Amino acid sequence: MTSLPANPSPTKLGLVVDLDICVGCHACAVNCKEWNTGGYHAPLTDTNPYGTDPSGVWFNRVHAFEAGEGKAGRTVHFPRSCLHCEDAPCVTVCPTGASYKRDEDGIVLIDESMCIGCKLCSWSCPYGAREYDADVGVMKKCTLCIDRIYNENMEIVDRVPACVATCPAGARHFGDLGDPASDVSRLVVDRDGYDLMPEMEIRPTNKYLPPRPRRDEDGAITAATSMEDASPEGGFLGWVDKLLSGAGDVK
Amino acid sequence: MNPAYSVIFFTTASGLGYGLLAFIGVFVSLGLLPADRWLGLWGLGVALAAITFGLLASTFHLGHPERAWRAVTQWRSSWLAREGVVALLTYVPAAVLGISWVFFEQISGGIALAALLVAVTSTITVYCTGMIYASIKAIPAWHQTAVPVNYVLLAAMTGAVWFLALLHIFDLPTVPVTVIAVVLLVFGLAAKMNYWRQNDDAPVTSTSGTATGLSELGDVRLLETPNTSANYLNKEMGFKVARKHAVKLRRIAIATGFVVPIIFVILAALASGISAVFFSLFAAIIMMIGIVTERWLFFAEARHVVNLYYGETTI
Repeated sequence: MTSLPANPSPTKLGLVVDLDICVGCHACAVNCKEWNTGGYHAPLTDTNPYGTDPSGVWFNRVHAFEAGEGKAGRTVHFPRSCLHCEDAPCVTVCPTGASYKRDEDGIVLIDESMCIGCKLCSWSCPYGAREYDADVGVMKKCTLCIDRIYNENMEIVDRVPACVATCPAGARHFGDLGDPASDVSRLVVDRDGYDLMPEMEIRPTNKYLPPRPRRDEDGAITAATSMEDASPEGGFLGWVDKLLSGAGDVK
Repeated sequence: MNPAYSVIFFTTASGLGYGLLAFIGVFVSLGLLPADRWLGLWGLGVALAAITFGLLASTFHLGHPERAWRAVTQWRSSWLAREGVVALLTYVPAAVLGISWVFFEQISGGIALAALLVAVTSTITVYCTGMIYASIKAIPAWHQTAVPVNYVLLAAMTGAVWFLALLHIFDLPTVPVTVIAVVLLVFGLAAKMNYWRQNDDAPVTSTSGTATGLSELGDVRLLETPNTSANYLNKEMGFKVARKHAVKLRRIAIATGFVVPIIFVILAALASGISAVFFSLFAAIIMMIGIVTERWLFFAEARHVVNLYYGETTI
């Protein structure tokens, strides 16, 4: 059924991506590819991988943007993957029933055996989350690592999406965004997490956390202000400083 | 968007076919056509051939054409499925009409009702085709009511011009259809030019700022793409060739799709015999060149918001 769930569960599994922390190392994209090429959508076909014009299916791609000018300008690494939208247009446009949104946790999936490869779902997605595997003739997309997060053969600590498990900087978080008390929901509230392209009005589940503001106005990183003053005025340290100071000392 | 040849052929051929089918249906139901079996054979034959080849062509770009039957199952949510359902339903009254007309030369009474039904389902099919595109928010140039309206209008227009050629070939009265064809050509041209002007002046829907959520920091521009060579998204959504020549292609579409056909439809009305047939057929054929060009532009000029992640800053 490509109608959206009539009575969706309050559980909305998804990701929170912290753009302040992401260093753009592409480990999430690589580990995603590594896991999923043997997972639910296996294989994630590569064509001409060692040639001059390689091409392949990826569920997660890391862009880099520049925002702002001069000293105030920032370089922001930007991982992009399926946002598991609540009003997912990729689901409703599907003519065959291959594309669906799970009632129980909101994960958007493709049943490859029913996909005719018409590509309309990829046209309907503003975020470029779906990619066509020309070798197999079907669409493929992020499964939120459904074969990890419910996998009882794995240690509980490993039951998170591959991108989250591998991120060396801790920039990716997985959890229930439908539960206001969950860690990810609190993170979104604390850090003013936001939706990508809210004007598309398709209510993405995944949220992004903005880069933290600079600590002073001229844009310099002023970590030095938190260090102790080397020439204290008054008090015990001031008396010691005066006592020990002399001509030629390093201030 | 990448203009796939199969989809361009499908939308133009099926538009012609359903337009012609609708005109035949309306004229039969009003008792305005003779029950001559050759007229039925040629009229319905051309219309159904255009529709059937179009539908088959539309399955060529599928990854799994053998599963195409599944594409009618999700009519509750999908305009593509609705189009498939109504397209197939149209064959039922069309078959009733065709068999009765060609084998029994009987097109009145209940058959006239079937003919009317053919006209109704043909129109709904073309409307569904337009809605497939109009329902896509991620392509602002398509997400507007003008799109299904234009699809229906251009299908009616191409159908009318071919219907007129058919009437000339069978030496039947042509004055009413000549008037209808010219009116539809003028309206079609006006609607298309209005669509182009609206899209040229359209306000920005999304920016690289809203796509990344970084607009508070200032202008947002792409520094590095994630991929070193073009990926599926770049090839499917990042098509730029026709946009480069859009002005020239629009002129070609206006001239061959609308202006020249108007002149030759009128010339056909003024001429008689074989020259009238020639003029009306010429109008119909050159019009298709224009409509194919128009359809090419419809796809190639449409910009998908995913390009905001690949270097574009406003869409």
